[in-house]
Amino acid sequence: MNTFQIIDAGESRSFPLGDPFRDAAGDSGDILVFLGAGATAAYRPDASKTAILVELGTECLGVATGESRGEEGSNALGVARFRLGDGEPSDLIELVRQPATDPKALDAAKALLEGAGFQVSVCADFAGRILDRLIRPYYNEALAKLDEGLASASDMDLTVKLGLGYPEGPIELLERTGLHHHHDVTQALFEVYGTKHYAPARRAKVAKQRSEQGS
Amino acid sequence: MTEISTVGVCGAGTMGAGIAIVAARAGHRVVLYDTKTETLERAATQTAGFFGKSVERGKLTQEQVDGFLGAYTRTTDINALADCDLVIEAVFENLVVKRELFGKLNGICPAHTIFASNTSTLSITEIAGGCGREDRVVGMHFCLPAQLMKLVEMSPGLNTSPDSFRTAWAFCEALGQRPVRTKDSPGFVLNYFLVPFNNDVIRMVEAGVAEPADIDRAIKAGLGYKMGPCELLDLIGLDTQVLLCEAFYDVTHDARCAAPPLLKRMVAAGHLGRKSGRGFFQYDKDAMFGG
Repeated sequence: MNTFQIIDAGESRSFPLGDPFRDAAGDSGDILVFLGAGATAAYRPDASKTAILVELGTECLGVATGESRGEEGSNALGVARFRLGDGEPSDLIELVRQPATDPKALDAAKALLEGAGFQVSVCADFAGRILDRLIRPYYNEALAKLDEGLASASDMDLTVKLGLGYPEGPIELLERTGLHHHHDVTQALFEVYGTKHYAPARRAKVAKQRSEQGS
Repeated sequence: MTEISTVGVCGAGTMGAGIAIVAARAGHRVVLYDTKTETLERAATQTAGFFGKSVERGKLTQEQVDGFLGAYTRTTDINALADCDLVIEAVFENLVVKRELFGKLNGICPAHTIFASNTSTLSITEIAGGCGREDRVVGMHFCLPAQLMKLVEMSPGLNTSPDSFRTAWAFCEALGQRPVRTKDSPGFVLNYFLVPFNNDVIRMVEAGVAEPADIDRAIKAGLGYKMGPCELLDLIGLDTQVLLCEAFYDVTHDARCAAPPLLKRMVAAGHLGRKSGRGFFQYDKDAMFGG
């Protein structure tokens, strides 16, 4: 079992203070974990480590490591524990690899995270990774269709719960976790991908404007 | 309101067979129609298996099942639908096919018969157009597997009469289903969200962002969904997803609804999902869900 050390670089959304994952960290270790909003800026390469994990927000791991010719890769991996807005962090870790990431580093990181009780999905280094990239267009469409009167908010939520087995409908989920947070994530993806499906829906923009004015 | 006693189901595929089970289980006389004898035979085998499992699990008695099956007929003769009070079509997702079917049925069924379409993408108004009883056509979209899923999306067309819609709604509730009302809009609620979402998943696999198992794990662990999108696509059938894309893209012209190249390649290779034993994952069974 690898030992690991955490280097805090601001507030972590994946592993906030008090999270049990932090309890297992030591003062040194063969895996370094950079956590917090400033993790990509704080990252420093260290070839002596088995793996280096860098917490990601909406940005790519390449922001920390640099990219070249599509051949980038080292012992560094991105890590993001999926969490919607004000909701609690989930058990899912998206583990981000680059084209030439060291397989031993990937295996060690996966073993560490799975050993800590997380589900781990490996993905390539793209903004939004797996989940945000898939669900943000869905949330934007749901908000737009609510405006267009496709169905009531309750019926829309009930439809996806009964029809698809989702635990929550899109409208209730966004209201529970904070529509303005959805705005921020989908706006960031819109700036990267430029496709209309990531453009924040009207209701998300309104929620963002209200949060900015303190409402 | 018209009293619904005898129910016709057109199309004996997975969806039609499931809807027929739901209607039979609610005590209706059921006529299941299909143009192909082998499709009807497959539905008969699956239906017997489903009811058999229901008896084994104590959900139904053998006497109840005998009663249901005694009032359940299968036919390749469309004229056998002449006594139906409501006919639900679950045929090929093609506007021309559905319109032709309703046109034929209009000449066979009595005036009070309501026609319901199980379409998942097409416009109810367009399907009803020219059939001769546009006021008695409603959208009634069941979910797969119909014999287990409670949700039914119900949509009135522009010409659907309030009385027809109320009758169909009451029938649906009497089946033990949970109807939700949606506009007659492409894909209604479920497929409006699901078809492009699933295409995004396929494009994500194609682009090498993540493997199907990783995507499914992320969706289930991150969002608490019971089934991952790749498993779901395999259940729906990748050939069916192509048909959904074609129908949906035709009416929306949304690039997310166009069939991704990988999807077409998989279908061309015979990787259709559960039904062929291989899709995003490998399978070795062809049984009907539940019981």
